[in-house]
Amino acid sequence: MKNEGEGSERPDNTAFTQQRLPAWQPILSAGIVIPGFLIIGLAFIGIGIGLFLTSQTIQVLEMDYTGVEKDSPCFRCTIQSSQNCTCDVTFSLSTLFTGPVFFYYGLSNYFQNFRKYGVSKDYYQLTGDTKYFKSPQDVCAPYAYDSKSNPIVPCGAIANSMFNDTFELYQIINGTKKQVPLDGKGISWWTDYNIKYRNPSPVNGSFANAFEGTVKPINWPKAAYELDLTDPYNNGFLNQDFLVWMRRSALPQFRKLYRRITEGDYSAGLPAGNYSLTVHYNYPVLSFDGRKKVVFSNVSWMGGKNDFLGIAYLVVGSLCVVMSVVMLIVYAKFKFSDDDA
Amino acid sequence: MGSLLSACGINIKKKKVQEERHLRANDREFNLSFKYANNAIKTSKYNVFTFLPLNLFEQFQRLANAYFVFLLMLELIPQISSLSWFTTLFPLLLVLSITLVKDLSDDITRHKNDKHVNNRIAKVLLNGQLKSEKWMNVQVGDIVKLENNEFVTADLLLLSSSEPLNLIYIDTAELDGETNLKVKQALTITGDLGNDIQRLAAFNGEVRCEPPNNRLDKFTGTLTVGGETFALDNERILLRGCTLRNTEWCFGLVVFGGPDTKLMQNSGKSIFKRTSIDRLMNVLVMFIFGLLAFMCTILSIGNAIWEYQEGNSFTVFLPKTDGANTPLTAFHTFWSYVIVLNNVVPISLYVSVEIYRLVNSYFIDWDHKMYHVKSDTPAQARTTTLNEELGQIKYIFSDKTGTLTQNIMTFNRCSINGKSYGEVVDFAGQRVEVTEKTEKVDFSWNSLADPKFCFYDHKLVEAVRSGSPEVQGFFRLLALCHTVMPEEKTEGELYYQAQSPDEGALVTAARNFGFVFRTRTPETISLVEMGVPTTYELLAVLDFNNVRKRMSVIVRNPKGKLTLYCKGADTVIYERLHPSASKLMEVTTEHLNEYAGEGLRTLALAYKDLDEDKFEEWKERHHKASTALEDREAKLDAIYEEIEKDLMLLGASAVEDKLQDGVPQTIEQLAKADIKIWVLTGDKQETAENIGYSCNMLRNEMKEIFIVAANTAEEVREELVNARKKMSPQSGDEPPIVKSRFFNKKSQVVEDEKVEGDYGLVINGHSLAFALQKDMQLELLRTACMCQSVICCRVTPLQKAQVVELVKKHKKAVTLAIGDGANDVSMIKTAHIGVGISGQEGMQAVLSSDFSFAQFRYLQRLLLVHGRWSYLRMCKFLRYFFYKNFTYTFVHFWYGFFCGFSAQTVYDEWFIMLFNLVYTALPVIALSLFDQDVNDRWSFQYPQLYVTGQLNQYFSKMAFVRILLHSCYSSFILFFVPWAAMSDTVRDDGKAIADYQSFAMLAQTCVLISMALETYYWTALNQLFLWGSLSVYFVVTFTMYSSGMYLISESSFPLIGIARNTLNQPNVWLTIFLTNLLCILPVVAKRFFFIQLKPTINDKVRHKVRQAKVMPPPHPRKFPRRRISTQRSGYAFSHARGYGDLVTSGRFLRIPVKTRTTLFPHTDSPVAGSTPQTYRTIFEEAQSP
Repeated sequence: MKNEGEGSERPDNTAFTQQRLPAWQPILSAGIVIPGFLIIGLAFIGIGIGLFLTSQTIQVLEMDYTGVEKDSPCFRCTIQSSQNCTCDVTFSLSTLFTGPVFFYYGLSNYFQNFRKYGVSKDYYQLTGDTKYFKSPQDVCAPYAYDSKSNPIVPCGAIANSMFNDTFELYQIINGTKKQVPLDGKGISWWTDYNIKYRNPSPVNGSFANAFEGTVKPINWPKAAYELDLTDPYNNGFLNQDFLVWMRRSALPQFRKLYRRITEGDYSAGLPAGNYSLTVHYNYPVLSFDGRKKVVFSNVSWMGGKNDFLGIAYLVVGSLCVVMSVVMLIVYAKFKFSDDDA
Repeated sequence: MGSLLSACGINIKKKKVQEERHLRANDREFNLSFKYANNAIKTSKYNVFTFLPLNLFEQFQRLANAYFVFLLMLELIPQISSLSWFTTLFPLLLVLSITLVKDLSDDITRHKNDKHVNNRIAKVLLNGQLKSEKWMNVQVGDIVKLENNEFVTADLLLLSSSEPLNLIYIDTAELDGETNLKVKQALTITGDLGNDIQRLAAFNGEVRCEPPNNRLDKFTGTLTVGGETFALDNERILLRGCTLRNTEWCFGLVVFGGPDTKLMQNSGKSIFKRTSIDRLMNVLVMFIFGLLAFMCTILSIGNAIWEYQEGNSFTVFLPKTDGANTPLTAFHTFWSYVIVLNNVVPISLYVSVEIYRLVNSYFIDWDHKMYHVKSDTPAQARTTTLNEELGQIKYIFSDKTGTLTQNIMTFNRCSINGKSYGEVVDFAGQRVEVTEKTEKVDFSWNSLADPKFCFYDHKLVEAVRSGSPEVQGFFRLLALCHTVMPEEKTEGELYYQAQSPDEGALVTAARNFGFVFRTRTPETISLVEMGVPTTYELLAVLDFNNVRKRMSVIVRNPKGKLTLYCKGADTVIYERLHPSASKLMEVTTEHLNEYAGEGLRTLALAYKDLDEDKFEEWKERHHKASTALEDREAKLDAIYEEIEKDLMLLGASAVEDKLQDGVPQTIEQLAKADIKIWVLTGDKQETAENIGYSCNMLRNEMKEIFIVAANTAEEVREELVNARKKMSPQSGDEPPIVKSRFFNKKSQVVEDEKVEGDYGLVINGHSLAFALQKDMQLELLRTACMCQSVICCRVTPLQKAQVVELVKKHKKAVTLAIGDGANDVSMIKTAHIGVGISGQEGMQAVLSSDFSFAQFRYLQRLLLVHGRWSYLRMCKFLRYFFYKNFTYTFVHFWYGFFCGFSAQTVYDEWFIMLFNLVYTALPVIALSLFDQDVNDRWSFQYPQLYVTGQLNQYFSKMAFVRILLHSCYSSFILFFVPWAAMSDTVRDDGKAIADYQSFAMLAQTCVLISMALETYYWTALNQLFLWGSLSVYFVVTFTMYSSGMYLISESSFPLIGIARNTLNQPNVWLTIFLTNLLCILPVVAKRFFFIQLKPTINDKVRHKVRQAKVMPPPHPRKFPRRRISTQRSGYAFSHARGYGDLVTSGRFLRIPVKTRTTLFPHTDSPVAGSTPQTYRTIFEEAQSP
């Protein structure tokens, strides 16, 4: 509304108010699109070949040891409910498995990504906050308290379900078993080990005392402060296996790093020969039709073996090239005319 | 204003108790005892204290906000909560606060307006003295003095006035939309008080009257003065909102103040207009709710199956909580997914749309090219919610006077004795256009000349000064034959009050050419002829009426010679010419055709010398006829007919009804944009037709122009059907109706019928009244909509609204009404979009309009530039918005199949919270603010670009389905490519990467980057916002996932280290790259193919722009086109019967001859006499079918 007695109502004459801001107006002309597709296509094919070849060089050895079949070595561990069942899985390598070799365990049909499972942990406990040792958060239920209402530390389904099969790897040289040293250090993320998880401060000089008044997770054979008694830096919440487990997987089929083979005679990899893997079979998966496996793999600059990316790049690249040809034909034939605009 | 009712709500309730109002003049103490409202008004909604609670209460009534709250409550239930409460709370708070700020600023504006009105100054009689007082301090019972052209302060009882008989004139345009002046008369008992302050101050009359109500036409009450009681009716009451006209001063007693006034009691009924996209959006949102429910159902069924097959056995690691069986968990899952997928309902859309519309409205306000320098009026978007509809207009309904024309008549050309004057020619004899530089004729020789009068042909002045008898006769006629009233405030400063502006123009022309009409009495007319005062005896005025189409005067010059002067429509005059004039007639006809071709209003002028004897005899009979009791009109007409014959032709005059600047060009442009223009005018058919031609609506290239002017319903129907059959012979008898039902609202839509070529339709008021009847309106609609332009003449304000309503109801098209006057208010309010012409006197049209500007020609900029851009932006904005939310949300749907349908989110909560608010908000807003396909110049160059909006091509239900499918594709890519690339892979140091959190990070990064923008117009700001948002994403992500944040709060920032552990992996980047290209490339390819194979008009123009490289020249101003036509306007007296009666009325003599300063000194006669309807002919005639 015009107010009396005011000066001129003339609007400002600026590029912004007059909508004359300089602008870049790209247009999908043939001169850009067709070469664009061609270049993208070629680049993709190039990348794809690179990825694919790289992926091919990565060696992977997978062995299911669940023991579903009767003749599999671990079958007997599935029927007997007793603890401390061990079984031996043997395999042979015809060529050198180039190092460093990574030793994974894998689970399938295992829903670590289930929401209620995923929230079932107490951040505060895991940062060593002893207040929460006495009263774990509700999200941990039903693994917050044991049947006698003692608080569980670490509480929750994730911690409770920690993978507890253990493995020993032997190279069989002339009938004798030579143990392959497995390196369990630094298999978790640096941030997890150094920042995200923290142990409670020792009470009266004893680490175990910090856990007083709490009980171990129900499925665990031993308490958190006993996970690795040999190495105080690998104990409690900072135990590497624990950290690896707590990094829950996104998909129901996953593998997790167990050990690295980097030491001694095997620093260059696993030489050709026969090997025997001793499995301490503890982790029940058959009830929900799960599978367990061990995986040996090495890595490249692009990480672990994954053919998908290379193939996808190749396919998309080829499609782009084909598309650019089609476009060229269309352009030549139906050339966009501008007579009747 | 909508707040008004609520603001007054309390008052209204009180009034129910109050049955009678009782007040005493000049007795504040007495009146205050009743606690009547004083004259302060309040249209604002809130005050400092009520603002927050009231506003929040209102906001939570909105669906969007209620939905937020519902989500928030769901999130607080632990079994269901799949997201933290803060992911909803923060957006909600943001939305609330934005609206809060907007409402606050609106209310501040209202407060300011209130203050402005409340602080107007009125002259109030206080303690025996006239004092200046603010309006808001005026109390009931005060006596107020009003002066000419002042607004009426409150509802007043008229006490006395400066005019005879205690009359006053008021203009009620702001109140009821009628432009004619109305008369109010005070009671004699109070009228005698005059302007005697002492007596007024001593006045102690008591008024008892009805309580406040909203009836404008009714008032009952009594006035008791000195023991005597007088009845009061509406005639004595001046309502707030009126303006005093032609009255020097008057005094009034305040009866109702402020909120009690009838004006305020009537306001608050503003209609809330919604755009078609709004309605579509609501439908889509409903659909989306359905989609959400559908997806959640699928997922909860999936969950039930999963629980049954897997979950029951997975209990080793994830035991069931007590009592949770499969149906219950499925039920929980349903609600959990409602939370997770809540973003599919684009709740923030409403807020974003509001921002988009607001800024686009500001762009209209700011537009330099819609700013009118002369009146210092910028364009104004008064309603900020209709922008995109401006790009979809199909029908424009325009008023004529004041909108298309300036309502200024100028004497432009004349033909005298076979010679045409008024054309400007150069030395070579070529016609040149009149510009500001053209040399004007110098009238300084004539001291009485009107300085504002412009004429460019010097030959005419030479002719009149050289004493050519024909030329002098011509102007003498113009100076004598009229009913204009002169007014001479100071010596030599003449003002003419003419019934029609045409007449004023002609008399002014005569004045400037040396035949100055100076004064008149009922018996004489005094001229100054070439400097010589001459007095003619006025013997008779043969007045104009619609049938006669001419007027004559019979005068006796000082020498005693009797002459009849006659002017009128050429056809009418030609019939009455003396046979000897036939040669001159031919030449004059040629000239007349030429003038008519230029759109001028023409009159033929003739005279006749009379015999004294014959005249005496005629006069006798005339007297008899004029006193006859029966059939007076007819008898008079016959008498007039007798004497108006054997006339001698003098020539013809041509008056230009000045068009507003640029009207023909604008109409041409709009026609090119396939917008149909209907002119709805109160004018006569001839005048309207004429304007139709001169402003390019009716063109000679048109195949045919149908004129519907019938007197019975059947004839009208027949003419309409004939016209339709002619345009489209195969068109059937039954209208092609598409019936549809939507939410129980039945609608009948008449489809467009194809017509070859352009046609025009002119329909007069009578026929329109028939055609608008229920059984015929579809016929009218079909015929009229087949024509390119339609002119309706003699239309009442109500009919204007009816016509608009008819099209609005039965056509699936957007309508726009434009007008300047109060009589256009109804149609402005009815149409989808109302535009008011501002910067002129009446504000009523502007006040009820959605957009306003000073000149009709700005309409093309409003539609072709702002409207088109707004529509384009809105559609792109919506498409992008839906796309981004769908794509983003559908990823969760896919993930459901891999996480046991557990409502696990793919993204982390911070991302979910910030996605709409921060990461994608600015780019999409930038898109909706700055995008333009081609700039304004090119938009004008190719008005055809506008058609896409009319056809709803950019956003429709189909487009929505396409978006849905596109989103499905994109989300599929966005989920499955990372899924495949991540499964079983590890970092390059062998450590985990396939964990949930890394996957979340990857997926969200892909989603964000691949929100490829559909921008055509990348301003620096677009770039800044896009890249800025991306960088913000990375910055925020790295911050959120950093050690520092984790140390602050472990539970809020659990994703520590993800960013640095994931984004340093080459395969992660390769995956992001692949995903993005897979999302973008098919779109690019599709567009490329469409541009090549099926280019839209838009593509073509853009292509052209690209090739042209140079800006198109600004639109050339075309020389007005000449038209060869026999269509010619009739009598120039456009409006009504003249003042013939009045001029010769004996009553005139009773008025003391004194120097009067009023503008309409003679207007007492229509009131005192019997013809108050003189002013209202237009309305009355057209209303009686």
